[in-house]
Amino acid sequence: MRRRILALVIKEFLVLLKDPRSRFVIIIPPFVQLLVFGFAASFDLNDIPLAVYCEDPGADAQELLAGFRHSPHFSDVAVIARDEEIRPLVDGRVALVVLHIGPRFSRDLRLRRPAAVQVIVDGRDSNTALVALGYVRGIVDRFNRRWAEQHGVPALPARLQPRAWFNPNLESRWFVVPGIVGLLTLVVTMLVTALSVAREREQGTFDQTLVAPFRPGEILLGKAIPGLVIGLAEASGIILVAVYGFRIPLLGDLTTLYTGLVLFLIAAVGIGLMISSLAVTQQQGLLGAFLFLVPAIILSGFATPIANMPPFLQQVTLVNPLRYLLVILRGVFLEGTPFHLLLDQFWPMALIGAVNLAAATWLFRRRLY
Amino acid sequence: MTISPPTSPGGTLAPNAEPGEIVVDVRQVHKHFQLGKRRVPALRGVSLRALRGRVTGLIGPDGAGKTTLLRLVAGLLAPDAGQVLVLGRDATQDSLGVQAVLSYMPQRFGLYEDLTVMENLELYADLQRVSHAHRRDRYQELLHMTGLGPFTRRLAGRLSGGMKQKLGLACTLVRVPELLLLDEPTVGVDPLSRRELWAIVNRLVRDAGVSVLLSTLYLDEAEHCHEVVVLDQGEVLDQDSPRAFSERMRGRSWTVEAPGARPRTLRARLARSPGVLDAVIQDERVRLVSEAGTRPEADTLLAGLGGAVLKSVEPRFEDSFIALVRTRIPKAGVSTGRPETRASTQDPTAAASPHPARSTDSPVIAVRDVERRFGEFYAVHGVSFHVDRGEVFGLLGANGAGKSTMFRMLCGLLPPSAGSLRVAGVDVRRAAADARARLGYMSQRFSLYGYLSVRQNLNFFSSAYGLAGGRRAARIAWALEQFQLAPLADSTSADLPLGYKQRLALACALMHEPEILFLDEPTSGVDPVARREFWRRIDELAERNVTVLVTTHFLEEAEYCDRLAIMASGVILALGTPAEVKRLAGSSPEHPLDMEEAFIHLIERTERVGATS
Amino acid sequence: MSLAADHRTRSTSERGSRGLRLRGLVRKEFLEIIRDPSSIAIAFLLPVVLLLIFGFGVSLDAEHVPIAVVVDQPSAETAAFTAHLERSPYFEPLLLFRMDEAERAMRARRVSAILRLRSDFARRRRIGGAPIQVIVNGVDANTGRLVMGYLDGVWIRWLEQRGRDAGEPLDVPVSVQERVWFNSELESRNFLVPGLIAIIMTLIGALLTAMVMAREWERGTMEALLATPVAVWEILLGKLIPYFLLGTGGMILSVTLAVWLFGVPLRGSLAVLFAASTLFLLAALGMGMLISIVAKNQFVAGQVAIIVTFLPAFILSGFLFDIRSMPAPLQLLTHIIPARYFVAILQTEFLAGDVPSVVWPNGFALSIMALLFLGLSRLKSGKRLE
Repeated sequence: MRRRILALVIKEFLVLLKDPRSRFVIIIPPFVQLLVFGFAASFDLNDIPLAVYCEDPGADAQELLAGFRHSPHFSDVAVIARDEEIRPLVDGRVALVVLHIGPRFSRDLRLRRPAAVQVIVDGRDSNTALVALGYVRGIVDRFNRRWAEQHGVPALPARLQPRAWFNPNLESRWFVVPGIVGLLTLVVTMLVTALSVAREREQGTFDQTLVAPFRPGEILLGKAIPGLVIGLAEASGIILVAVYGFRIPLLGDLTTLYTGLVLFLIAAVGIGLMISSLAVTQQQGLLGAFLFLVPAIILSGFATPIANMPPFLQQVTLVNPLRYLLVILRGVFLEGTPFHLLLDQFWPMALIGAVNLAAATWLFRRRLY
Repeated sequence: MTISPPTSPGGTLAPNAEPGEIVVDVRQVHKHFQLGKRRVPALRGVSLRALRGRVTGLIGPDGAGKTTLLRLVAGLLAPDAGQVLVLGRDATQDSLGVQAVLSYMPQRFGLYEDLTVMENLELYADLQRVSHAHRRDRYQELLHMTGLGPFTRRLAGRLSGGMKQKLGLACTLVRVPELLLLDEPTVGVDPLSRRELWAIVNRLVRDAGVSVLLSTLYLDEAEHCHEVVVLDQGEVLDQDSPRAFSERMRGRSWTVEAPGARPRTLRARLARSPGVLDAVIQDERVRLVSEAGTRPEADTLLAGLGGAVLKSVEPRFEDSFIALVRTRIPKAGVSTGRPETRASTQDPTAAASPHPARSTDSPVIAVRDVERRFGEFYAVHGVSFHVDRGEVFGLLGANGAGKSTMFRMLCGLLPPSAGSLRVAGVDVRRAAADARARLGYMSQRFSLYGYLSVRQNLNFFSSAYGLAGGRRAARIAWALEQFQLAPLADSTSADLPLGYKQRLALACALMHEPEILFLDEPTSGVDPVARREFWRRIDELAERNVTVLVTTHFLEEAEYCDRLAIMASGVILALGTPAEVKRLAGSSPEHPLDMEEAFIHLIERTERVGATS
Repeated sequence: MSLAADHRTRSTSERGSRGLRLRGLVRKEFLEIIRDPSSIAIAFLLPVVLLLIFGFGVSLDAEHVPIAVVVDQPSAETAAFTAHLERSPYFEPLLLFRMDEAERAMRARRVSAILRLRSDFARRRRIGGAPIQVIVNGVDANTGRLVMGYLDGVWIRWLEQRGRDAGEPLDVPVSVQERVWFNSELESRNFLVPGLIAIIMTLIGALLTAMVMAREWERGTMEALLATPVAVWEILLGKLIPYFLLGTGGMILSVTLAVWLFGVPLRGSLAVLFAASTLFLLAALGMGMLISIVAKNQFVAGQVAIIVTFLPAFILSGFLFDIRSMPAPLQLLTHIIPARYFVAILQTEFLAGDVPSVVWPNGFALSIMALLFLGLSRLKSGKRLE
């Protein structure tokens, strides 16, 4: 029994690793995606194109402007002198932010009247706009505080002292890269398992296996174990790159991390095998995997928080194993979350995994003929 | 008959058909392919000619370069050296011009499976720019000719293999070409469809003066050609008329008839005799080809066979072909097959027969009133038969006759809708793994793991059947030795020539020394030499009391079976020994029928009954 | 009608209508699309699923952020502040009395931020500068930043309210007047949905085309097709036209859903929108054909199409992540991705209007891309099997 399963597993590995196409699927796409996501998937902004429209030659206005010019977040792209120049700059996406300092700025400031600066932001990309506005406020805030100190203006009755835990510089990459571990592990595991039965069906080797004295459970295990092992290897490789390549802190312990990974992989392999049992051709398998992966990734909290979704969709995400894994990954990486605090993530994955495997076995038996 | 005689007053041939004119002229063509890092030669200095209004056949074993040659003529490949002229045009330089005068049917017929029969015809009519005025008549004619008339709205993917092939031919004929290229048009097609296809081709040549260049693996089809080109390993061995090929063998073809002896045993014995180049079973007799210059001595050859008679017979193309290919020196690694005397025929494990001798116990395979429905359609309808231990039992039928469905049910790959089905005393479907451990299975596609090496495949299948340790090692060594796979043990299976794939598939099915062997079209697409070798192995297995159930399209192979069943439309038409089946089909000493004729008689008789009822 | 007579009719059929072959090829392609469930799935099911998920499910706008409010010593002042917090649509405050409780809540992900009003809040406020301690969970950096921004807003409003109540106007030296153009509500749906059209058209144009063309190679129909006297351009156009129409269908479906279902404003003209999508579609189809010519195998073609067309359209096009903040080599790379130009035009057409300075350069780039990819596929395809 054990020897027969071992034979199946060895065969499965040989098929996967000797076939240049499946070798390609396991190695190239994850590598490319890791690099692209790691470097490109960021909501942080640098070099926001800024147009300055300053009608006040005074020193105070210049000091405020200096605040922008010294900020790493902004870079000057235009200095303008007339109202009409604003629109084309913004419309044509030359400038994301236009800073307008009116002619009475210095005078109002000296007279202790509220001095206003107008900030025009291109809202086409709402997130970028919000982030840019945050930077503007920060710079103006610092200017205010210094100005108040220098001119003896009574301080505000209260002020915010913001701090960020776990990611003090609020770097997007720290958020994205641990997520990629889950994302790529899911993608590779799905492709390995979802196509495996269909490939054998297409090549006719599936009948050969069915005629041999295997029990359906053994065949299924023979397909599941390679998916699990390859998923784990893939995850470990990406974790190494995340820690040593992208320098993401890994604060928690690996036992917790791998407990999560194994539970997740069982669930993912179950889904892959379900698709595999249903798909007659590899193309159908690929399509099935794709149709599952796209919503699974979008509704996982990988790029946008689940909390921002409408309540109905939040309920839907409860059956998505990736959702739980992402919490575990980010928790273990950045927060050093201990095992017991993640129990609420472990048990739903275990449950999903059990249901998936049971469903896959059922489907597999039904579709044997 | 729908093809009216030509309207031109000139004569019986089409206007511009002048026999003798060279239509295809291949001059010293070389062509190689890059396979990974290896440079594999496909054609090595091939020259040949095809004449107008003639059928020229390209014949040769698997990998001889037939398909490459046809693609060169169709302008789909460019030669590395040499020149291909089609009606005076260079097929490489002026491929559009050449394609305007020829039609080409590739091996897989080039049909769009998601389109209906009519839509496929429409597409090719559009592509060939057949004007609308002529279409309706043309379709009528083609549909009638191919018998596809009632199925115009059926999706091509839903047609049987034979119907697909006829539709493929119809699509290439929407415009009558000057030159028709057919690449193995009859592979995987049942005898009835083959016969119909040849009728169509012959009519085209006779009535429209079309020139035909085709490739085939069936040696009997060579007799339908005007000219035959024998190709082997990228070289032309000879080009001549089939009659001339046969003539060379005059005095070397014989039959041996030994009353009371099992033809299989007789054949095996004769094949090992010195001076015998080839021995096959034909009509309960053994047909021999002797080596050149030696006349077989009846006394030595037939020693111990009481009443055996050696008779000289009329030679045929097949004799000549086998002689040509067998006397060639095998090229590196790939042997095209040698006379059996030189092959190691003694199986080291054969001495101790692993399975109890034939006994009177219950049949090994018992099928009673089995039905299989797919929706409203009965694929198998009330089939009963049994197979005894050590028997070679054949399941024959046209495409869609239900033999594949029957076969899959016997292997436990498909549950029957009704009836009882027992293999080795147990219900395969319900009895699980241990019952299946006693079966060997080989499917028509030689389903091996293509990316695994020969040895890895053997490793997997031996472990799959629970072999371990010394026994496993011994069986793997046995397989490598017995099937001459040792030099190729570490090659990737997908790269093996088809004949070797077939050997490996059989080796994998035999790793656990099964009592029962299921073979689903084991020789489909395999060349004649490899097929002979395959049947020799089956003979040996049967001698050792292995029960063999086999399906096949090659009717001459039916002669190797102890008993056989002919199926059509899901029912058994005839069941018995080859001689009995032929008698059932109306064979008599005065009007003997060969197996193919018997088969066609039986099928046609049922169709007539079906039509009148 | 005899077979022999047909020899002569061939010459007349040669003169038959010129578009016959092309028409035949196009019709065949449509019949195959209709009968193949996976084509239908990619062309119609996937766009709808994507639009619904993105339209409803994906939002970068945090609302009802759970925040722990720790008040060391409740007073009227602190009550006023927390009242502001409670009124904000962005927050859902959870009142706690001990800091360690709040920290535990944060670690267990029950809250995303902690706001602490210390015991000396009231006293220090009077002498000026009472610190309000804010801790956000920085794991999700973007949300963390947004939460800080929202808290900033609450704080300012609280200050203003206090100033008005006390009759002493708030003394802030410089105040920022924010004007957000095009999308004043800053709804992320308004920029995600238009960008999604580029993704959908990439799927139909490149992925589907690559797969169906590779299928012809795999099934051997390409060999039969090439052996007929069809010109290469006819084969290419025979693929281009059906999938172009299918892509345009996907585009119309997406625009309709965007405007009617999700209420995204469409400020530009339809003509410009369609002209741009035509160019983009041509580029995507060119990529799809190029991939299938190189791959000749559905499995590989599908994989390659996902990696070189779908993923870049998703990540490197500016659809979700701002190109300006990518490292320089990646920014360079985005220039060869057609989706980049199309996303820029789409976001402008929907939210800003026909802006020549956006439409022309990006449209020009798209034309170059279309010419490049179509030209390359024409060059790479011949009537040979090798």
